[in-house]
Amino acid sequence: MRLAAPVKPSPAKTEQIILFRVSGQLFAVSSASVQEVRSADSMSGAATEISVPGLRKVRHVVRRGDRSLFIVNGAMHFGLHVAEGALLFVLRKTRTALLIDGIEKMTTMTRLQALPLSFCHEERQWYRGLTALDQTVIPVVHPEGFLSPEELVLLDAALLQADNSAAADLEGIDSAQ
Amino acid sequence: MTVSTELELQSFVLLRLGERRFAVSANQIAELVAPSRVFRFPHRTPKLEGVILRRGRIVPVCDVSEMLLGTRLTSRRFYLIAVRKYGTQREWIAMPVTGECELINAEMMAAVESDAPHVAGWLSHDGDVIEVLNLDTLTPGPEHALAEAAASQKAEARP
Repeated sequence: MRLAAPVKPSPAKTEQIILFRVSGQLFAVSSASVQEVRSADSMSGAATEISVPGLRKVRHVVRRGDRSLFIVNGAMHFGLHVAEGALLFVLRKTRTALLIDGIEKMTTMTRLQALPLSFCHEERQWYRGLTALDQTVIPVVHPEGFLSPEELVLLDAALLQADNSAAADLEGIDSAQ
Repeated sequence: MTVSTELELQSFVLLRLGERRFAVSANQIAELVAPSRVFRFPHRTPKLEGVILRRGRIVPVCDVSEMLLGTRLTSRRFYLIAVRKYGTQREWIAMPVTGECELINAEMMAAVESDAPHVAGWLSHDGDVIEVLNLDTLTPGPEHALAEAAASQKAEARP
């Protein structure tokens, strides 16, 4: 009789994360989701204002070629006390640049626990889950959870309207000259 | 006492919230633990305070006192950890309670239509009539979110 080969314990799956603060509150994001980290000042020159009623968390947009990045104020998104953000995370595969206070550290998480089912509102879109690090529980954000498809439609419409009115202004100037 | 009535006795855990006592079916209770640090993070679900860490699990803390007493607890001595059903899934929830809990055997009278949704039934103990709690309606879950969304849509649709 042949004995079954012993099963080797698979190494714990780990994920590199960045711990960051928004209004003093600690969050985590997968480092693979962060395409760039920029200082808010460095982006301010390239940013243009945008205003969508009922969507106060987005005040600026950055154009990069034919792509627009919407700057989401992290504090407003999470309903925290609004502070002036110092850093921007450009989130990969999204149209979001997230305004945060600062980076705490980079570390590794070994376990991501699903958000308990008692949490049943918008936070289910905000977070991938929770992780316990050094006896502290930290929510791990979902990069795509900062702007919903409906919000993106509103923002694109506002952007188009702004472009059209800018073009109309330019035409007016040309014809006047 | 006849054999048939003995068979109807069930185990309940009596918990204290302020001056009132409530009961929960004992098979829904995992343990009673001393208060530990509550980790808070932004969310939009009412009644949830945050989470505690217990034996490697992240357990949401749900304060039901406001709904049951109309006021929040000023002192909490323990967390009663109960098992909450979400469809086919089960998860732990921690409920702050004021005092120690007691395990009793009693016969439950079923709730009637006029009772509040959180009442699973009633039992009589030590001269008191005690509400048996239905944790599935008392604590938040996806079905609550759906009901709230439907209610707000209804309100918006009103002229």
